Amino acid sequence: MIRDIYQTVMEFVRTFGAFQLFFLRLVINSPYVLTRRFPLVVQQIFNAGALSLVIIMVCGLFVGGVLGLQGYNNLAKFNAEDSVGTFAAFSLIKELGPVITALLFAGRAGTALASEIGLMKATDQLAAMEMMATDPLRRVIVPRFLGGSISMPFLVAIFSVVGMFGAHVIGVSLLGVDSGAFWQQLRTALEIGDIYEGIIKSVVFGLVASVIAVWEGYNAIPTAEGVGRATTRTVVITAMAVLILDFIITALAM
Amino acid sequence: MSDRSDNVIEIRDLWYSRGPLPIFTGLNIDIPRGKVTAIMGPSGTGKTTLLRLITRQIRPHKGTIRIDGIDIAELNQRELYRFRRRFGMLFQNGALLTDYSVFENVAFPLREHTKLPNRLIRHIVLTKLHAVGLRGAADMMPTQLSGGMARRVALARAIVMDPEILIYDEPFVGLDPISMGVIVRLVRKMNDALGISSILVSHDVQEVSTVSDQSFLLSNGKVAASGSPDELSNTSSELVRQFMHGMADGPVAFHFSAPNYAEQLLGRDAE
Repeated sequence: MIRDIYQTVMEFVRTFGAFQLFFLRLVINSPYVLTRRFPLVVQQIFNAGALSLVIIMVCGLFVGGVLGLQGYNNLAKFNAEDSVGTFAAFSLIKELGPVITALLFAGRAGTALASEIGLMKATDQLAAMEMMATDPLRRVIVPRFLGGSISMPFLVAIFSVVGMFGAHVIGVSLLGVDSGAFWQQLRTALEIGDIYEGIIKSVVFGLVASVIAVWEGYNAIPTAEGVGRATTRTVVITAMAVLILDFIITALAM
Repeated sequence: MSDRSDNVIEIRDLWYSRGPLPIFTGLNIDIPRGKVTAIMGPSGTGKTTLLRLITRQIRPHKGTIRIDGIDIAELNQRELYRFRRRFGMLFQNGALLTDYSVFENVAFPLREHTKLPNRLIRHIVLTKLHAVGLRGAADMMPTQLSGGMARRVALARAIVMDPEILIYDEPFVGLDPISMGVIVRLVRKMNDALGISSILVSHDVQEVSTVSDQSFLLSNGKVAASGSPDELSNTSSELVRQFMHGMADGPVAFHFSAPNYAEQLLGRDAE
Protein backbone atom coordinates (compact mmCIF):
# COMPACT_ATOMS: atom_id res chain seq x y z
CA MET A 1 0.00 0.00 0.00
CA ILE A 2 2.67 2.50 1.07
CA ARG A 3 4.84 1.25 -1.77
CA ASP A 4 1.99 1.87 -4.21
CA ILE A 5 1.59 5.42 -2.97
CA TYR A 6 5.36 5.93 -3.14
CA GLN A 7 5.45 4.64 -6.72
CA THR A 8 2.51 6.79 -7.79
CA VAL A 9 4.12 9.87 -6.29
CA MET A 10 7.47 9.07 -7.91
CA GLU A 11 5.76 8.48 -11.25
CA PHE A 12 4.01 11.83 -10.96
CA VAL A 13 7.24 13.62 -10.07
CA ARG A 14 9.02 11.99 -12.97
CA THR A 15 6.27 12.88 -15.46
CA PHE A 16 6.07 16.42 -14.16
CA GLY A 17 9.83 16.81 -14.50
CA ALA A 18 9.74 15.51 -18.06
CA PHE A 19 6.84 17.86 -18.77
CA GLN A 20 8.83 20.85 -17.54
CA LEU A 21 11.82 19.85 -19.66
CA PHE A 22 9.51 19.51 -22.65
CA PHE A 23 8.09 22.97 -22.00
CA LEU A 24 11.63 24.33 -21.76
CA ARG A 25 12.52 22.77 -25.12
CA LEU A 26 9.44 24.37 -26.67
CA VAL A 27 10.41 27.77 -25.30
CA ILE A 28 14.06 27.42 -26.37
CA ASN A 29 13.03 26.50 -29.91
CA SER A 30 10.36 29.19 -30.15
CA PRO A 31 12.59 32.08 -31.31
CA TYR A 32 13.94 29.98 -34.18
CA VAL A 33 10.44 28.99 -35.30
CA LEU A 34 9.10 32.54 -34.92
CA THR A 35 11.88 34.05 -37.01
CA ARG A 36 12.66 31.34 -39.56
CA ARG A 37 9.45 29.32 -39.88
CA PHE A 38 6.79 31.95 -39.28
CA PRO A 39 4.41 30.73 -42.04
CA LEU A 40 4.03 27.47 -40.11
CA VAL A 41 2.94 29.45 -37.03
CA VAL A 42 0.45 31.50 -39.07
CA GLN A 43 -1.12 28.30 -40.35
CA GLN A 44 -1.51 27.03 -36.78
CA ILE A 45 -2.98 30.35 -35.61
CA PHE A 46 -5.58 29.77 -38.30
CA ASN A 47 -6.19 26.18 -37.17
CA ALA A 48 -6.33 26.85 -33.45
CA GLY A 49 -7.65 30.41 -33.45
CA ALA A 50 -9.71 31.19 -36.51
CA LEU A 51 -11.42 27.81 -36.57
CA SER A 52 -12.41 28.20 -32.89
CA LEU A 53 -14.00 31.61 -33.53
CA VAL A 54 -17.53 30.42 -34.14
CA ILE A 55 -17.94 28.41 -30.96
CA ILE A 56 -16.19 31.10 -28.92
CA MET A 57 -18.56 33.77 -30.24
CA VAL A 58 -21.71 31.72 -29.86
CA CYS A 59 -20.81 30.70 -26.32
CA GLY A 60 -19.74 34.24 -25.45
CA LEU A 61 -23.10 35.59 -26.61
CA PHE A 62 -25.07 33.20 -24.44
CA VAL A 63 -22.83 33.54 -21.39
CA GLY A 64 -23.23 37.31 -21.67
CA GLY A 65 -26.98 36.85 -21.99
CA VAL A 66 -27.10 34.73 -18.84
CA LEU A 67 -25.06 37.34 -16.99
CA GLY A 68 -27.55 39.98 -18.12
CA LEU A 69 -30.51 37.96 -16.87
CA GLN A 70 -28.99 36.85 -13.57
CA GLY A 71 -27.45 40.25 -12.92
CA TYR A 72 -30.69 42.09 -13.57
CA ASN A 73 -32.87 39.77 -11.49
CA ASN A 74 -30.59 39.68 -8.48
CA LEU A 75 -29.46 43.31 -8.56
CA ALA A 76 -33.06 44.45 -8.89
CA LYS A 77 -33.65 43.17 -5.34
CA PHE A 78 -31.34 45.93 -4.17
CA ASN A 79 -32.57 48.46 -6.72
CA ALA A 80 -29.17 48.23 -8.35
CA GLU A 81 -30.21 46.89 -11.77
CA ASP A 82 -28.29 49.73 -13.43
CA SER A 83 -25.10 47.97 -12.32
CA VAL A 84 -25.81 44.98 -14.56
CA GLY A 85 -23.18 46.23 -17.04
CA THR A 86 -20.51 46.41 -14.36
CA PHE A 87 -21.51 43.00 -13.06
CA ALA A 88 -21.23 41.43 -16.51
CA ALA A 89 -17.98 43.20 -17.33
CA PHE A 90 -16.23 42.15 -14.11
CA SER A 91 -17.41 38.57 -14.50
CA LEU A 92 -16.36 38.39 -18.14
CA ILE A 93 -13.05 40.19 -18.01
CA LYS A 94 -11.68 38.73 -14.80
CA GLU A 95 -13.14 35.23 -14.69
CA LEU A 96 -15.55 33.83 -17.22
CA GLY A 97 -13.78 35.15 -20.33
CA PRO A 98 -10.41 33.50 -19.68
CA VAL A 99 -11.75 30.37 -17.98
CA ILE A 100 -14.58 29.46 -20.33
CA THR A 101 -12.50 30.33 -23.40
CA ALA A 102 -9.71 28.08 -22.11
CA LEU A 103 -12.15 25.22 -21.52
CA LEU A 104 -13.70 25.65 -24.98
CA PHE A 105 -10.23 25.98 -26.48
CA ALA A 106 -9.21 22.69 -24.85
CA GLY A 107 -12.31 21.01 -26.26
CA ARG A 108 -12.03 22.40 -29.76
CA ALA A 109 -8.36 23.15 -30.51
CA GLY A 110 -6.59 21.14 -27.78
CA THR A 111 -8.19 17.85 -28.73
CA ALA A 112 -7.53 18.54 -32.40
CA LEU A 113 -3.85 19.21 -31.66
CA ALA A 114 -3.42 16.15 -29.44
CA SER A 115 -5.13 13.75 -31.82
CA GLU A 116 -3.37 15.19 -34.87
CA ILE A 117 0.08 14.88 -33.30
CA GLY A 118 -0.77 11.49 -31.81
CA LEU A 119 -1.89 10.18 -35.20
CA MET A 120 1.24 11.56 -36.86
CA LYS A 121 3.24 9.62 -34.30
CA ALA A 122 1.15 6.45 -34.69
CA THR A 123 1.56 6.50 -38.48
CA ASP A 124 5.34 7.07 -38.24
CA GLN A 125 5.10 10.56 -39.75
CA LEU A 126 7.20 12.04 -36.97
CA ALA A 127 9.79 9.26 -37.29
CA ALA A 128 9.80 9.78 -41.06
CA MET A 129 10.53 13.47 -40.56
CA GLU A 130 13.40 12.59 -38.27
CA MET A 131 14.73 10.25 -40.92
CA MET A 132 14.49 13.09 -43.42
CA ALA A 133 16.73 15.05 -41.04
CA THR A 134 13.93 17.41 -40.05
CA ASP A 135 13.39 17.94 -36.33
CA PRO A 136 9.67 17.22 -35.71
CA LEU A 137 9.81 19.37 -32.59
CA ARG A 138 10.60 22.43 -34.71
CA ARG A 139 8.54 21.46 -37.71
CA VAL A 140 5.37 20.16 -36.01
CA ILE A 141 5.27 20.70 -32.26
CA VAL A 142 6.58 24.23 -31.68
CA PRO A 143 4.46 25.88 -34.42
CA ARG A 144 1.33 24.28 -32.93
CA PHE A 145 2.30 25.32 -29.41
CA LEU A 146 2.91 28.91 -30.59
CA GLY A 147 -0.23 28.99 -32.70
CA GLY A 148 -2.35 28.01 -29.71
CA SER A 149 -0.57 30.33 -27.28
CA ILE A 150 -0.87 33.33 -29.58
CA SER A 151 -4.53 32.65 -30.42
CA MET A 152 -5.83 32.33 -26.87
CA PRO A 153 -5.58 35.97 -25.67
CA PHE A 154 -7.37 37.12 -28.83
CA LEU A 155 -10.08 34.51 -28.38
CA VAL A 156 -10.53 35.63 -24.77
CA ALA A 157 -10.86 39.25 -25.88
CA ILE A 158 -13.42 38.32 -28.52
CA PHE A 159 -15.33 36.17 -26.02
CA SER A 160 -15.53 39.06 -23.55
CA VAL A 161 -16.59 41.61 -26.16
CA VAL A 162 -19.31 39.35 -27.55
CA GLY A 163 -20.35 38.55 -23.98
CA MET A 164 -20.75 42.25 -23.21
CA PHE A 165 -22.85 42.56 -26.33
CA GLY A 166 -25.04 39.70 -25.08
CA ALA A 167 -25.41 41.30 -21.66
CA HIS A 168 -26.28 44.62 -23.32
CA VAL A 169 -28.92 43.01 -25.52
CA ILE A 170 -30.59 41.36 -22.51
CA GLY A 171 -30.10 44.13 -19.97
CA VAL A 172 -30.72 47.23 -22.08
CA SER A 173 -32.75 46.17 -25.09
CA LEU A 174 -34.92 43.55 -23.38
CA LEU A 175 -35.15 44.47 -19.70
CA GLY A 176 -35.00 48.22 -20.10
CA VAL A 177 -31.88 49.23 -18.16
CA ASP A 178 -30.73 52.68 -19.23
CA SER A 179 -27.94 52.40 -21.75
CA GLY A 180 -26.09 55.42 -20.36
CA ALA A 181 -26.14 53.95 -16.84
CA PHE A 182 -25.04 50.57 -18.20
CA TRP A 183 -21.83 52.01 -19.63
CA GLN A 184 -21.21 54.90 -17.22
CA GLN A 185 -21.15 52.74 -14.07
CA LEU A 186 -18.82 50.38 -15.86
CA ARG A 187 -16.39 53.17 -16.72
CA THR A 188 -16.19 54.35 -13.12
CA ALA A 189 -15.85 50.93 -11.56
CA LEU A 190 -13.52 49.14 -13.95
CA GLU A 191 -9.82 49.79 -13.47
CA ILE A 192 -6.89 49.02 -15.71
CA GLY A 193 -5.65 46.47 -13.14
CA ASP A 194 -8.78 44.39 -13.68
CA ILE A 195 -8.07 44.23 -17.37
CA TYR A 196 -4.43 43.29 -16.71
CA GLU A 197 -5.64 40.43 -14.54
CA GLY A 198 -7.77 39.17 -17.41
CA ILE A 199 -4.91 39.51 -19.87
CA ILE A 200 -2.47 37.68 -17.58
CA LYS A 201 -4.97 34.87 -17.14
CA SER A 202 -5.60 34.58 -20.87
CA VAL A 203 -1.87 34.39 -21.63
CA VAL A 204 -1.19 31.83 -18.91
CA PHE A 205 -4.19 29.68 -19.84
CA GLY A 206 -3.19 29.86 -23.51
CA LEU A 207 0.30 28.60 -22.76
CA VAL A 208 -0.99 25.89 -20.43
CA ALA A 209 -3.74 24.64 -22.74
CA SER A 210 -1.38 24.56 -25.74
CA VAL A 211 1.53 22.87 -24.01
CA ILE A 212 -0.73 20.20 -22.47
CA ALA A 213 -2.28 19.46 -25.86
CA VAL A 214 1.03 19.08 -27.70
CA TRP A 215 2.57 17.16 -24.78
CA GLU A 216 -0.28 14.66 -24.72
CA GLY A 217 -0.13 14.21 -28.49
CA TYR A 218 3.66 13.91 -28.57
CA ASN A 219 3.69 11.36 -25.76
CA ALA A 220 0.63 9.41 -26.84
CA ILE A 221 0.98 5.65 -27.04
CA PRO A 222 1.13 5.22 -30.84
CA THR A 223 -2.04 3.17 -31.23
CA ALA A 224 -5.68 4.05 -31.92
CA GLU A 225 -6.48 3.53 -28.24
CA GLY A 226 -3.49 5.58 -27.11
CA VAL A 227 -4.47 8.54 -29.29
CA GLY A 228 -8.03 8.40 -27.98
CA ARG A 229 -6.79 8.39 -24.43
CA ALA A 230 -4.43 11.31 -25.11
CA THR A 231 -7.35 13.33 -26.47
CA THR A 232 -9.44 12.70 -23.36
CA ARG A 233 -6.53 13.48 -21.05
CA THR A 234 -5.96 16.77 -22.86
CA VAL A 235 -9.42 18.02 -21.96
CA VAL A 236 -9.39 16.70 -18.39
CA ILE A 237 -5.90 17.90 -17.48
CA THR A 238 -6.36 21.30 -19.14
CA ALA A 239 -9.65 21.86 -17.31
CA MET A 240 -8.09 20.99 -13.97
CA ALA A 241 -4.95 23.03 -14.58
CA VAL A 242 -6.92 26.07 -15.75
CA LEU A 243 -9.26 26.06 -12.74
CA ILE A 244 -6.42 25.58 -10.24
CA LEU A 245 -4.31 28.29 -11.87
CA ASP A 246 -7.33 30.57 -11.99
CA PHE A 247 -7.61 30.33 -8.21
CA ILE A 248 -3.87 30.95 -7.74
CA ILE A 249 -3.75 33.99 -10.03
CA THR A 250 -6.90 35.45 -8.50
CA ALA A 251 -5.48 35.01 -5.00
CA LEU A 252 -2.19 36.63 -6.02
CA ALA A 253 -3.99 39.55 -7.67
CA MET A 254 -5.96 40.39 -4.51
CA MET B 1 34.61 9.04 -46.19
CA SER B 2 37.37 7.84 -43.94
CA ASP B 3 36.87 4.16 -44.60
CA ARG B 4 35.85 2.92 -48.03
CA SER B 5 35.89 -0.75 -47.20
CA ASP B 6 33.57 -3.24 -48.86
CA ASN B 7 31.11 -2.90 -46.01
CA VAL B 8 28.91 0.13 -45.71
CA ILE B 9 27.65 -0.85 -42.26
CA GLU B 10 29.47 -2.87 -39.63
CA ILE B 11 27.68 -3.95 -36.48
CA ARG B 12 29.79 -5.41 -33.69
CA ASP B 13 28.65 -7.13 -30.48
CA LEU B 14 25.33 -5.32 -30.36
CA TRP B 15 23.20 -5.64 -27.20
CA TYR B 16 19.75 -4.24 -26.84
CA SER B 17 16.79 -5.12 -24.67
CA ARG B 18 13.28 -3.80 -24.38
CA GLY B 19 12.45 -3.79 -20.69
CA PRO B 20 13.47 -7.19 -19.33
CA LEU B 21 13.14 -8.77 -22.79
CA PRO B 22 16.51 -9.15 -24.56
CA ILE B 23 16.24 -8.36 -28.28
CA PHE B 24 19.88 -8.58 -29.37
CA THR B 25 22.59 -10.44 -27.51
CA GLY B 26 25.88 -9.86 -29.23
CA LEU B 27 24.77 -9.30 -32.82
CA ASN B 28 27.42 -9.04 -35.57
CA ILE B 29 26.47 -8.05 -39.11
CA ASP B 30 28.40 -6.66 -42.09
CA ILE B 31 26.31 -5.04 -44.77
CA PRO B 32 28.10 -4.95 -48.13
CA ARG B 33 28.27 -1.82 -50.26
CA GLY B 34 26.18 -1.56 -53.41
CA LYS B 35 24.16 -4.73 -52.77
CA VAL B 36 20.66 -5.59 -51.65
CA THR B 37 20.94 -7.08 -48.18
CA ALA B 38 17.94 -8.69 -46.58
CA ILE B 39 17.41 -9.04 -42.87
CA MET B 40 14.90 -11.77 -42.18
CA GLY B 41 13.51 -13.47 -39.16
CA PRO B 42 10.29 -14.51 -37.46
CA SER B 43 8.03 -11.76 -36.08
CA GLY B 44 9.34 -10.31 -32.85
CA THR B 45 13.03 -10.96 -33.52
CA GLY B 46 13.73 -7.24 -33.62
CA LYS B 47 14.13 -6.60 -37.34
CA THR B 48 12.51 -3.18 -37.17
CA THR B 49 14.40 -2.49 -33.93
CA LEU B 50 17.62 -3.16 -35.83
CA LEU B 51 16.67 -0.55 -38.44
CA ARG B 52 15.94 1.95 -35.70
CA LEU B 53 19.34 1.20 -34.18
CA ILE B 54 21.13 1.61 -37.52
CA THR B 55 19.49 4.98 -38.07
CA ARG B 56 19.98 5.89 -34.38
CA GLN B 57 16.36 6.50 -33.65
CA ILE B 58 17.27 4.45 -30.58
CA ARG B 59 20.67 3.69 -29.03
CA PRO B 60 22.15 0.27 -28.30
CA HIS B 61 22.95 -0.70 -24.72
CA LYS B 62 26.29 -2.12 -25.76
CA GLY B 63 28.29 -2.56 -28.94
CA THR B 64 29.07 -0.37 -31.93
CA ILE B 65 27.45 0.42 -35.25
CA ARG B 66 29.84 1.87 -37.80
CA ILE B 67 28.58 3.39 -41.02
CA ASP B 68 31.35 4.16 -43.48
CA GLY B 69 33.72 3.75 -40.56
CA ILE B 70 31.97 6.35 -38.39
CA ASP B 71 30.68 5.24 -35.00
CA ILE B 72 27.17 6.69 -35.04
CA ALA B 73 26.94 6.72 -31.24
CA GLU B 74 29.46 9.58 -31.22
CA LEU B 75 27.47 11.96 -33.42
CA ASN B 76 25.80 14.95 -31.80
CA GLN B 77 22.31 16.03 -32.82
CA ARG B 78 23.45 18.32 -35.63
CA GLU B 79 25.92 15.79 -37.04
CA LEU B 80 23.27 13.10 -36.77
CA TYR B 81 20.80 15.09 -38.86
CA ARG B 82 23.47 15.82 -41.46
CA PHE B 83 24.33 12.12 -41.42
CA ARG B 84 20.72 11.08 -41.90
CA ARG B 85 20.57 12.89 -45.23
CA ARG B 86 22.64 10.02 -46.58
CA PHE B 87 19.81 7.65 -45.73
CA GLY B 88 16.50 7.10 -47.42
CA MET B 89 13.99 5.15 -45.44
CA LEU B 90 10.78 3.51 -46.50
CA PHE B 91 8.48 2.94 -43.53
CA GLN B 92 6.14 -0.01 -43.23
CA ASN B 93 3.01 1.97 -44.10
CA GLY B 94 4.74 4.68 -46.12
CA ALA B 95 4.45 7.31 -43.37
CA LEU B 96 3.37 9.96 -45.86
CA LEU B 97 2.49 13.34 -44.37
CA THR B 98 -1.29 13.31 -44.53
CA ASP B 99 -1.61 17.11 -44.72
CA TYR B 100 0.31 17.34 -47.98
CA SER B 101 -0.32 16.15 -51.52
CA VAL B 102 1.79 13.45 -53.14
CA PHE B 103 3.84 16.13 -54.88
CA GLU B 104 4.51 18.05 -51.65
CA ASN B 105 5.39 14.87 -49.81
CA VAL B 106 8.12 14.09 -52.31
CA ALA B 107 9.20 17.74 -52.36
CA PHE B 108 9.33 17.89 -48.54
CA PRO B 109 13.04 17.02 -48.06
CA LEU B 110 14.03 19.40 -50.88
CA ARG B 111 12.05 22.28 -49.40
CA GLU B 112 13.45 21.56 -45.93
CA HIS B 113 17.09 21.21 -46.85
CA THR B 114 17.72 23.11 -50.05
CA LYS B 115 17.00 26.54 -51.44
CA LEU B 116 16.34 25.27 -54.95
CA PRO B 117 13.98 27.33 -57.10
CA ASN B 118 10.44 25.98 -57.47
CA ARG B 119 10.97 25.12 -61.11
CA LEU B 120 13.88 22.85 -60.28
CA ILE B 121 12.04 21.24 -57.36
CA ARG B 122 9.14 20.50 -59.69
CA HIS B 123 11.53 18.96 -62.16
CA ILE B 124 13.19 16.72 -59.58
CA VAL B 125 9.93 15.65 -57.94
CA LEU B 126 8.29 14.74 -61.24
CA THR B 127 11.38 12.77 -62.26
CA LYS B 128 11.31 10.76 -59.04
CA LEU B 129 7.56 10.20 -59.28
CA HIS B 130 8.03 9.05 -62.85
CA ALA B 131 10.65 6.55 -61.66
CA VAL B 132 8.04 4.89 -59.43
CA GLY B 133 5.34 5.22 -62.10
CA LEU B 134 3.16 7.72 -60.24
CA ARG B 135 3.78 10.99 -62.06
CA GLY B 136 0.04 11.02 -62.78
CA ALA B 137 -0.82 10.92 -59.07
CA ALA B 138 1.16 14.05 -58.17
CA ASP B 139 -1.91 16.06 -57.17
CA MET B 140 -3.62 13.33 -55.16
CA MET B 141 -3.73 13.29 -51.36
CA PRO B 142 -2.22 10.37 -49.41
CA THR B 143 -5.67 9.22 -48.24
CA GLN B 144 -6.69 8.66 -51.86
CA LEU B 145 -3.86 6.22 -52.51
CA SER B 146 -3.90 2.44 -52.23
CA GLY B 147 -1.36 0.77 -49.94
CA GLY B 148 0.95 -0.10 -52.80
CA MET B 149 0.78 3.39 -54.30
CA ALA B 150 1.47 5.01 -50.91
CA ARG B 151 4.57 2.88 -50.58
CA ARG B 152 5.75 3.86 -54.05
CA VAL B 153 5.27 7.55 -53.23
CA ALA B 154 7.23 7.01 -50.02
CA LEU B 155 9.95 5.37 -52.11
CA ALA B 156 10.06 8.41 -54.41
CA ARG B 157 10.37 10.60 -51.32
CA ALA B 158 13.11 8.37 -49.91
CA ILE B 159 15.25 8.77 -53.03
CA VAL B 160 14.60 12.44 -53.69
CA MET B 161 17.77 13.52 -51.87
CA ASP B 162 19.84 10.85 -53.67
CA PRO B 163 20.73 8.77 -50.60
CA GLU B 164 23.68 6.40 -50.36
CA ILE B 165 21.81 3.87 -48.27
CA LEU B 166 18.18 2.95 -48.81
CA ILE B 167 16.33 1.17 -46.03
CA TYR B 168 13.08 -0.71 -46.50
CA ASP B 169 11.01 -1.72 -43.48
CA GLU B 170 8.73 -4.63 -44.43
CA PRO B 171 8.02 -3.29 -47.92
CA PHE B 172 5.91 -6.28 -49.00
CA VAL B 173 3.46 -6.51 -46.10
CA GLY B 174 -0.20 -6.32 -47.03
CA LEU B 175 0.24 -5.86 -50.78
CA ASP B 176 -1.58 -7.62 -53.56
CA PRO B 177 0.61 -9.76 -55.89
CA ILE B 178 0.82 -7.06 -58.58
CA SER B 179 1.85 -4.29 -56.19
CA MET B 180 4.29 -6.73 -54.62
CA GLY B 181 5.85 -7.41 -58.03
CA VAL B 182 6.12 -3.69 -58.66
CA ILE B 183 7.91 -3.07 -55.36
CA VAL B 184 10.28 -6.02 -55.91
CA ARG B 185 11.18 -4.59 -59.29
CA LEU B 186 11.67 -1.12 -57.88
CA VAL B 187 13.95 -2.32 -55.08
CA ARG B 188 16.23 -3.98 -57.59
CA LYS B 189 16.05 -1.09 -60.04
CA MET B 190 16.79 1.59 -57.45
CA ASN B 191 19.74 -0.35 -56.14
CA ASP B 192 21.34 -0.95 -59.53
CA ALA B 193 20.46 2.31 -61.25
CA LEU B 194 21.41 4.61 -58.38
CA GLY B 195 24.40 2.57 -57.19
CA ILE B 196 23.25 2.62 -53.60
CA SER B 197 23.29 0.05 -50.82
CA SER B 198 19.89 -1.33 -49.90
CA ILE B 199 18.82 -2.91 -46.65
CA LEU B 200 15.59 -4.82 -46.69
CA VAL B 201 13.80 -6.03 -43.61
CA SER B 202 11.17 -8.62 -44.37
CA HIS B 203 9.75 -12.03 -43.59
CA ASP B 204 8.40 -12.64 -47.06
CA VAL B 205 10.83 -15.39 -48.04
CA GLN B 206 9.74 -15.68 -51.67
CA GLU B 207 10.02 -12.00 -52.54
CA VAL B 208 13.25 -11.56 -50.64
CA SER B 209 14.80 -14.52 -52.44
CA THR B 210 14.12 -12.95 -55.82
CA VAL B 211 15.57 -9.57 -54.97
CA SER B 212 18.34 -9.90 -52.40
CA ASP B 213 22.04 -10.55 -52.94
CA GLN B 214 22.63 -11.61 -49.38
CA SER B 215 20.40 -12.45 -46.44
CA PHE B 216 20.81 -12.57 -42.68
CA LEU B 217 18.40 -14.65 -40.67
CA LEU B 218 17.96 -13.39 -37.12
CA SER B 219 16.91 -15.56 -34.23
CA ASN B 220 17.31 -15.30 -30.46
CA GLY B 221 19.18 -12.02 -30.66
CA LYS B 222 21.90 -13.25 -33.02
CA VAL B 223 22.44 -14.08 -36.66
CA ALA B 224 21.25 -17.65 -37.07
CA ALA B 225 22.36 -17.96 -40.67
CA SER B 226 23.58 -15.83 -43.54
CA GLY B 227 24.32 -16.20 -47.21
CA SER B 228 22.76 -15.93 -50.64
CA PRO B 229 19.12 -17.01 -51.03
CA ASP B 230 20.27 -20.33 -52.56
CA GLU B 231 22.63 -21.06 -49.72
CA LEU B 232 19.91 -20.41 -47.18
CA SER B 233 17.29 -22.59 -48.80
CA ASN B 234 19.74 -25.51 -49.09
CA THR B 235 20.99 -25.29 -45.54
CA SER B 236 21.01 -28.14 -43.06
CA SER B 237 20.04 -25.96 -40.10
CA GLU B 238 16.65 -26.94 -38.70
CA LEU B 239 15.72 -23.39 -37.80
CA VAL B 240 16.59 -21.96 -41.20
CA ARG B 241 14.66 -24.70 -42.93
CA GLN B 242 11.65 -24.11 -40.72
CA PHE B 243 11.68 -20.43 -41.56
CA MET B 244 12.48 -20.66 -45.25
CA HIS B 245 9.85 -23.32 -45.86
CA GLY B 246 7.26 -21.95 -43.45
CA MET B 247 6.79 -24.99 -41.24
CA ALA B 248 4.45 -24.57 -38.27
CA ASP B 249 6.54 -26.49 -35.77
CA GLY B 250 10.26 -26.86 -35.29
CA PRO B 251 12.95 -25.09 -33.29
CA VAL B 252 10.54 -22.14 -33.12
CA ALA B 253 7.80 -23.95 -31.21
CA PHE B 254 4.14 -23.73 -32.17
CA HIS B 255 3.21 -23.30 -28.50
CA PHE B 256 4.06 -20.17 -26.57
CA SER B 257 5.68 -21.21 -23.30
CA ALA B 258 2.96 -22.26 -20.84
CA PRO B 259 2.54 -24.40 -17.72
CA ASN B 260 2.02 -28.14 -18.12
CA TYR B 261 -1.18 -28.76 -20.08
CA ALA B 262 -2.56 -31.66 -18.02
CA GLU B 263 -1.77 -29.98 -14.73
CA GLN B 264 -3.45 -26.77 -15.82
CA LEU B 265 -6.58 -28.54 -17.02
CA LEU B 266 -6.88 -30.88 -14.03
CA GLY B 267 -5.21 -28.78 -11.39
CA ARG B 268 -6.61 -26.45 -8.79
CA ASP B 269 -7.35 -23.64 -11.25
CA ALA B 270 -10.00 -25.77 -12.90
CA GLU B 271 -12.00 -26.31 -9.73
